[in-house]
Amino acid sequence: MNSAKVTTSPLIGKAIGVLDMQGGVCEHIDHLQRIGISARPVKHSQDFEGLAGLILPGGESTCLARLLKIFEIEPIIVRKYREGMKLWGTCAGAILLAGSLKGEAAHLGLIDIEVQRNGFGSQLDSFTCEALIPKISPEPVPLTFIRAPKILKAGEGVDILLCIDDFIAAAESPDVLVTVFHPELTGSLAFHRYFASKCGLQSRADQPILDPSWNMTSWTRYARIV
Amino acid sequence: MDAKRYELNVQLAQMLKGGVIMDVTNVEQAKIAEEAGAVAVMALERVPADIRRDGGVARMSDPSMIAAIKKAVSLPVMAKARIGHFVEAQILEALKIDYIDESEVLTPADEECHIDKTRFSIPFVCGARNLGEALRRVAEGAAMIRTKGEAGTGNVVEAVRHMRTVNREIRQLVGMPVEEVTGFAKTNGIPYELALKVKELGRLPVVNFAAGGIATPADAALMMQLGCDGVFVGSGIFKSATPAIRARAIVKATAYFNDPAKVLEASLDLGEAMAGLEIAAIPKEQLLAGRGW
Repeated sequence: MNSAKVTTSPLIGKAIGVLDMQGGVCEHIDHLQRIGISARPVKHSQDFEGLAGLILPGGESTCLARLLKIFEIEPIIVRKYREGMKLWGTCAGAILLAGSLKGEAAHLGLIDIEVQRNGFGSQLDSFTCEALIPKISPEPVPLTFIRAPKILKAGEGVDILLCIDDFIAAAESPDVLVTVFHPELTGSLAFHRYFASKCGLQSRADQPILDPSWNMTSWTRYARIV
Repeated sequence: MDAKRYELNVQLAQMLKGGVIMDVTNVEQAKIAEEAGAVAVMALERVPADIRRDGGVARMSDPSMIAAIKKAVSLPVMAKARIGHFVEAQILEALKIDYIDESEVLTPADEECHIDKTRFSIPFVCGARNLGEALRRVAEGAAMIRTKGEAGTGNVVEAVRHMRTVNREIRQLVGMPVEEVTGFAKTNGIPYELALKVKELGRLPVVNFAAGGIATPADAALMMQLGCDGVFVGSGIFKSATPAIRARAIVKATAYFNDPAKVLEASLDLGEAMAGLEIAAIPKEQLLAGRGW
């Protein structure tokens, strides 16, 4: 795989972290490296230093919420957010960031949206589609929904980026991005570029938006046995 | 299962990485597992330790019990079908659970054929003792692999053996010139194309969890440090003295498997673990890992 070289750009002083408690961590790191952004897993309090942004990945939201509480990571995220660190939650990550959850208590509550967990049903209801999201990319963006939540409403100060049928699939405030789908599970680099620019970081421009070298085993380069 | 559906099924397993999948036998246990931070539950009538004790034929669990658990928790729900019993798998697919475990813990229904998993839309996880077995299951359509270990023993030795065997064979493949792959694939019963894929990737192409005998936070962290992507805990939780505490401790140790201070913290004040079984003391015909090939 010729894209397997880790590119830590010397031009960029600040990195984007991926919260590494459980879930799809390697997948985001892989995408960030493809656009030349310095990326690292974030697990301990000291790992938060020098981050321009933090991605809360997909995984199981109940598990992630427990671990954030037990290991006292929640207050660190909130403090760093107040100091200017940008946030992006994909799927379970969006659940953790939501201001309110249907029928249960919210977790971090850093963006004014209402989310319904597991909005579609079982794995047999997981699906892919495509949508044009002008703010993110001039090309249609491939979307992967895996046991996805639904965003039911967005409050004032929250921009809706994508609506599908009866639900909101992507939204943002000035400091927080949420997507109920998984850009890191497709070849599209559009959302990662968008988040990097939201963090004030310059991503590589010479890569096509839909990376032809990406495939469904690309994540494994960060989870090799050998 | 078309290629896109298969990709989605592999990707669901990717989202479980770093997590603990817990065996549960009723709604109350499922809620304890969810509360403790499990990433999925395996719904079954009897945990492997009880299946081992009771003997007889172990079949797919009562679908109404699986349905009740599915209703009670928001986690992904898995359930077991017998090796080769594709009608049990059809029933579980119709029940719309999230993942089927084609499992040696149940009595095999077919000693020659595993289920043709490509005919299903629902994902399958299968057990393996070595690389060849893992990749034969992937070739049949499995979207996730786990070590077989020796379920229901509370003894991690077989899971370690299977993980180390898979890793050793991956290292051999990675280190050999490509002209040797044909012979290696033949000797080890590995589909050739998948052997090349593993050689390129330096690991299995799908998520690989540890299973079979994990009973303590230290066991879970051991398997994670050996390179698995997450763990299944069967009898280890609800056969212990304090299931809720132990479940949470294993979740903590799995997440921070590389941090001895945190694994230590997770190991304190757990009460008694499940009673363990020495593998050598089990009559050969009662060993589960040898079921399937």
